[in-house]
Amino acid sequence: MRFLGIVGALALALVLQTTVAHFVVRGTAAVDLVLVVVVYVGLSFGPTSGLLAGAAAGLAQDTLSIGIIGIGGLAKTVVGYATGLLGALFIVAKPGARFVVFYLATILHAVIFMGGYELLGLRDFGAPYGGVASQALVNALVGSVAFHVIELLPGAMERRAANRGMRMRRR
Amino acid sequence: MPALDVRRRSGYLFLAVLVAQVVIISAQVSTRSGTPALEAVALGLFSEVQRVGSAAVRGVREAWTGYVDLRGARAENDALLRQLRDARIALQQERALAQRTRGLQQLLELREQVAVETAAANVIGAAATPDFRTITIDKGTGGGLRPDMAVIAPSGVVGRVVVPSARAAKVQLLIDRNAAAGALIERTRAQGVVLGTGDGYLELDYLSGMVDIVPGDTVVTSGIDGIFPKGFVIGWVDEVERSGSTYKRVTVRPAVDFSRLEEVLVVLTPPALDSAGPAEARR
Repeated sequence: MRFLGIVGALALALVLQTTVAHFVVRGTAAVDLVLVVVVYVGLSFGPTSGLLAGAAAGLAQDTLSIGIIGIGGLAKTVVGYATGLLGALFIVAKPGARFVVFYLATILHAVIFMGGYELLGLRDFGAPYGGVASQALVNALVGSVAFHVIELLPGAMERRAANRGMRMRRR
Repeated sequence: MPALDVRRRSGYLFLAVLVAQVVIISAQVSTRSGTPALEAVALGLFSEVQRVGSAAVRGVREAWTGYVDLRGARAENDALLRQLRDARIALQQERALAQRTRGLQQLLELREQVAVETAAANVIGAAATPDFRTITIDKGTGGGLRPDMAVIAPSGVVGRVVVPSARAAKVQLLIDRNAAAGALIERTRAQGVVLGTGDGYLELDYLSGMVDIVPGDTVVTSGIDGIFPKGFVIGWVDEVERSGSTYKRVTVRPAVDFSRLEEVLVVLTPPALDSAGPAEARR
């Protein structure tokens, strides 16, 4: 059930990214909804779910883009794993803390993604600091709001507590 | 210890996934040529989802804009009538100018403008990742599309076809970081290359320091790249930065609003390098 939920969320994010985000954000789509879902999965379900969701989502985005297949997958795998570890080690429940995690996750993703392309000499990103910072801000806002909305859904807190309890028992 | 096991297990999995992806990247970087089959298959499958998603979004938008339009229809109607009156006057002036131009062309024995064959296509999706500036259109190899065909809109140049599948194609926008087009300043005929910056603007590079460029100059395709037909509008010079006798940075504002693209035209005929384009016809 959880697996289907994650796959459904990633597919929905991918469809929204390629349709709605194009119309909503003027000029260039500065939000990565798929990354937002990966970070959410990592924080909510742990490192294994995070890295698998990241790998699947990143590879899907790569195959639908014009770049090298695997670089986005690699970046999102690391982000999913890192946020999963973070969620397992610390209680990231405050909106401010979540905002920071989403923000830093976007920066980490950009470093690996752009660094990979630059390292292979396939793409020159120039000095993308402003673009990355604005994308991190938008992702963090969208992610924090989405997290809050999901928690308002009936039974969400119980499911979250059960997931955390299950992870603790495994330890 | 059990905690260590869980972390170690996910750590092994993490490493395995990383290694697998590094292998995938390595394979592509060393052997990539032409259109990768994986990309074409993925695009073909996902474009159907995008087609449905785009139709749903368009339906909702049309219903909403229909309602909004109805509310402002009277005021808009008045404004449109005024615009129509102005346009008719402008049309008369353009007709007179066109007749004069035709006469001059005949006098100078210039070649007739080569009409380009185009195919209309709808935009059904945007890039899956914000780091690439691409769109997906609903025409593919079945509609006669091939890689490197130019894609234009009524307002100007959009980009080029990069990955066509049977019923859809991926188009690299001119604002993508890896996109470029041969360009010239319409006023001075100075040649350069327009490069995408990834942030919605373009840069005009490879310019001689001797040429005269001012903000507001129209930048059109030069046709030397063999992709874009000559004379189509790329945009307007927005900012000019000089460093001594050379141009440090020339920023170009694209003529096309890429966030509002709904329909595009794919140029099916390859451009002749010395063909005269619409800009030439206007001059």
